[in-house]
Amino acid sequence: MKLEDIVSSATRATRDGFGEGLLELGKQNPKVVALTADLLESLQMHHFKNAFPERFFQVGIAEANMIGIAAGLAIGGKIPFTGTFANFSTGRVYDQIRQSVAYSHKNVKICASHAGLTLGEDGATHQILEDIGMMRMLPGMVVINPCDANQTKAATMAIADYYGPVYLRFGRPAWPVFTPADQKFEIGKALMLAEGSDVSIFATGHLVWTAIEAAKELAAEGISCEVINIHTIKPLDETAILDSVSKTKAVVVAEEHQRNGGLGDAIANLLVHNLPVPIEYVGVKDSFGESGKPVELLEKYGLGKKDILWAVKDAIERK
Amino acid sequence: MGAAPKFGAAFLFKRLEILPLPQLASIPIITLSTPINFDFSTISINMADFSKLTEMAQQVRRDIVRMVYNVQSGHPGGSLGCTEFFVALYGNVLKHSPKSFKMEGKNQDLFFLSNGHISPVWYSVLARTGYFPVAELNTFRKLNTRLQGHPTTHEGLPGIRVASGSLGQGMSVAIGTALAKKLDHDDRFVFCLTGDGELQEGQCWEALMFAAHHKVDNLIVTVDWNGQQIDGSNDQVLSLGNLPAKWKAFGWDVLILEQGNNLEAVITMLRKAKRRCGKGKPIAVLMKTDMGYGVDFMQGTHKWHGKAPNQEQFELAMAQLPKTSLGDF
Ligand SMILES: Cc1ncc(C[n+]2csc(CCOP(=O)(O)OP(=O)(O)O)c2C)c(N)n1
Ligand SMILES: [Mg+2]
Repeated sequence: MKLEDIVSSATRATRDGFGEGLLELGKQNPKVVALTADLLESLQMHHFKNAFPERFFQVGIAEANMIGIAAGLAIGGKIPFTGTFANFSTGRVYDQIRQSVAYSHKNVKICASHAGLTLGEDGATHQILEDIGMMRMLPGMVVINPCDANQTKAATMAIADYYGPVYLRFGRPAWPVFTPADQKFEIGKALMLAEGSDVSIFATGHLVWTAIEAAKELAAEGISCEVINIHTIKPLDETAILDSVSKTKAVVVAEEHQRNGGLGDAIANLLVHNLPVPIEYVGVKDSFGESGKPVELLEKYGLGKKDILWAVKDAIERK
Repeated sequence: MGAAPKFGAAFLFKRLEILPLPQLASIPIITLSTPINFDFSTISINMADFSKLTEMAQQVRRDIVRMVYNVQSGHPGGSLGCTEFFVALYGNVLKHSPKSFKMEGKNQDLFFLSNGHISPVWYSVLARTGYFPVAELNTFRKLNTRLQGHPTTHEGLPGIRVASGSLGQGMSVAIGTALAKKLDHDDRFVFCLTGDGELQEGQCWEALMFAAHHKVDNLIVTVDWNGQQIDGSNDQVLSLGNLPAKWKAFGWDVLILEQGNNLEAVITMLRKAKRRCGKGKPIAVLMKTDMGYGVDFMQGTHKWHGKAPNQEQFELAMAQLPKTSLGDF
């Protein structure tokens, strides 16, 4: 596909895609059950709840209990989807996930909205930027961060067909929708968005769109970017990454997360052992966020389009 | 609730009850494992079966002490204190299929051990009721064992459905399975054991609230109410206050078992708990036990929560727990 062909016709929140996907799953698979910790509509889970009230559990503001109950439902053969903010889906319940879900290999889908800076005005208490790191460290945990509403819907449905613990991360703001509504979601399979020769941009979540915009601008300057959507951070599509990097020999990784522990580190780890090349990180530099509008925050914390432009030039210069 | 249930064998304990605690501690367990004149009509178990369970309890205590001694690590105190509970549950109360264990446990009763540190008693009883070879008890806590220090599904040991050890999580998991049973119109029960110190974890109270609110009335949670934890008694560390009142206030049907180290009393109580299911409330059995019960110097103190006996202590303990016809592992 060519860069100029990637266009966005509308904006929608990724969490909307989750809500739709969950409703659809409810119709298709009677084993699917859902739980929330007093964030029903924030997670767009009311669609599922209204359609399947007997398969929906309001847990109250008790996230630790929610994770444990989900593990129990999984033991009973159900496919539980838990829904709360990303902060309360991970750090708040890390030990519960670790013991009752990951170590016990339970088929629990931990669905986390309002991840990252783009949560906006609620500020740093809610803007988790460490969740990818925490979740990808857990043995056997699948970590997915889709880029738009369509892809979030597809991912939501795909993870029900996979047996095992999954962390599905998405967000609050309305965001450009550009992936085809009928695109199949394959866990662990990176998506090539645009081929290029000078640099590989690996992006995840909201920053995939930012990367596309940056690449378009760079193309006008004569720089050819390969843009790859890494929607699955774990398991990482090593083949796709190594194939791309062996061609471009320079890397930029863009994510709405701390530089520590996120996709950048995952890719750096792969490359340092296989194909060491210059890597530039676009991510938050060891700091907490703050209140503001989503795009303002992304720009202030070095996650804007211009940050990707600079990172690309730096990476190419270091070749 | 309040009054302790009547037991056929209550007279047997009269003698013990009037003794002050230190003297009680010095009475060897063997006197308790000899059943006389039980009223078997109350527990629907015949004399022969009951004798077998009594003997199993004796053997399980030997297993616990030998396992912990073998690897010089593990938790004998809570294990010994909960021996009657496990023997009663697996030997008489649960509907289960040890030889064909399945994770989902459809149409079976399920059990979850939330206070995973008392794995020795669970492993022993699982082995003695046919889940895996008794000889495997010899591998407890050794490299490559399925009998990890704390229970886990990770090594595929039959009988275990979730890892436990990090305290406070088991009730939540048990609730989840109870909900799954309801969704599947499976009318069997879910049992869970939790420590009393463990109740200091906030997640337990989240679980209590949820189970009452959602009328999880196919769930029976037993509390190992031994009054002890690692750093001292519950009252020294962080008082649990009026435990029965708290559970009642959280909307549970609360039963109090005064004699958690009396096998007949435990069987009777667990059966009673099952009969109380299906009435809109989750069931709690607050079970008074003696930590370390059956080995006099381990009894009634937190000091043997997680300590292995040395050789001399081991021999002393073994002398109080004579061999049974079941044989050692
Ligand atoms: C979350 C957590 N915190 C601390 C511990 C360490 N720990 C293991 S057992 C225990 C005491 C538990 O007390 P209780 O539940 O009364 O069990 P008992 O000592 O009576 O066997 C503690 C603090 C743990 N296993 N998990
Ligand atoms: Mg205790």
